[in-house]
Amino acid sequence: MTSRPWFERLCGQLFTGFARLVTGARSIWQGCAPEPELRVYFANHASHGDFVLLWAALPTGMRETTRPVAGADYWRKDGIRRFIGEKVFNAVLIERNGTDRSVDPIEVMADALDAGSSLIIFPEGTRNTTDAVLLPFKSGIFRLAQRRPQVDFVPVWIDNLNRVMPKGEIIPLPLLCTLTFGTPLRLGAEEGKTEFLDRARDALLALKPMVN
Amino acid sequence: MAPEHHTLALFCGVLAVLLLATGIGQLIARRTAAGGPNAVVQNLNARINAWWVMVGVLALAFLFGKGGVVVLFGLCAFAALREFITLTPTRRGDHYALALAFFVILPVQFWLVQIEWYGLYAIFIPVYVFLLLPVIAALRGDTSRFMERIAEVQWALMICVYCLSHVPALLTLPIAGYEGRGLLLIAFLVLVVQASDVLQYVWGKLFGRHKVAPALSPSKTWEGLIGGVLSATALGAALWWVTPFAPHEAALLAFVSCLMGFFGGLVMSAIKRDRGVKDWGQSIAGHGGFLDRLDSIVFSAPVFFHLTRYFWTI
Repeated sequence: MTSRPWFERLCGQLFTGFARLVTGARSIWQGCAPEPELRVYFANHASHGDFVLLWAALPTGMRETTRPVAGADYWRKDGIRRFIGEKVFNAVLIERNGTDRSVDPIEVMADALDAGSSLIIFPEGTRNTTDAVLLPFKSGIFRLAQRRPQVDFVPVWIDNLNRVMPKGEIIPLPLLCTLTFGTPLRLGAEEGKTEFLDRARDALLALKPMVN
Repeated sequence: MAPEHHTLALFCGVLAVLLLATGIGQLIARRTAAGGPNAVVQNLNARINAWWVMVGVLALAFLFGKGGVVVLFGLCAFAALREFITLTPTRRGDHYALALAFFVILPVQFWLVQIEWYGLYAIFIPVYVFLLLPVIAALRGDTSRFMERIAEVQWALMICVYCLSHVPALLTLPIAGYEGRGLLLIAFLVLVVQASDVLQYVWGKLFGRHKVAPALSPSKTWEGLIGGVLSATALGAALWWVTPFAPHEAALLAFVSCLMGFFGGLVMSAIKRDRGVKDWGQSIAGHGGFLDRLDSIVFSAPVFFHLTRYFWTI
């Protein structure tokens, strides 16, 4: 993989530095080590800051080879977002709207994996602004696992970020966040869609810190 | 010894104690190395190492005088408040109130201390903020657990911001014959209260048998409490020459401060227990979070401040 221009990397450092400063983010590598293996990190999604924080939680070397997957409709809207999304975060942009998309998002993700990049995905498909702890998973994570069954899927629970920056708020609160990395899982040979989605969701929920 | 050398003498003393502690810590580590890694010894040495950093930061703040101390304790208050609110179950409706607490109320309180406006910094949070915060939360319209949420945020501000701001506020006390030496009063309070914590730990580890409050904390013992508070009181009396107090007065104030510090640790342990955590955070290696280190100071500072203000100021 060729190295990106210094300005884009510097912007990335600034974003991740700011995210770490605001959230005091602490990474707990509970189920696996921070090693540069080909992985799909999947996390709960409650805030716009989620992928920045997860990206910031990775060691610098791994950050360059790990790309967040994000909605093209949002990140292609204007020049600034396009620069931040595509250049700074090096995001894999997918078309979320099923009716008028030209390319299959699963194919785009699989291609990025084949090119040697690990991915960050949010299998709930949208930001969780409800009182529910975790929304049901969309089938995308299963279809990606079907397409690339040799890749490790690592659950990551992001705790407290929904309180740092709830939907619709502009000022972030400087609360402390933790990211807990769980044990990698792979799609079983005989495993069906519901089984896999349930297993992945349970693995993610099991990482939630027990406070009260 | 001239008064201007007191600060230097005090820091040299602290440095000597730290060197001694580091030596003993390393000795114990070497002695116990044969038995494999020992969690208690590792934690002891992590604590000692963190003390070097904390003393260094405090010394740096002292070099900058009043502004340095106000900024240092302002930052400590920020870290403490952040740890407290992180473990408090607030709701989305509290967002404005909390943003206000972190970014307006906290800086204003410490700025009031900096400009020495006693009449306002003494009542700003207990009166004005106390009345303002529920209004803001009410305007957001979320009524669930309303009373609980308001009370918890107010309490967090009182503990982490208001009480802690009384440490730099010691610099604003006009004491006859003690002009320009307020920093030493802070050094006295911080040294005595923190020494009390350390000595309680040491006495408890060496002789602790009977638990004071088994439901709250497994590490607080009567032996640790009595040994720690009495030896810290003796330290306070021995340090009378840096204060405006006579030796017996210094002992009495040290005793009250250490006792308040102990109660502070007890109260904060009760909250941690209720929230199901052992420490407030992980920022200070070996110690836990900022609040774990500051809980005793928070409870002793306002009492020490007002006792000094009532009996010694002009």
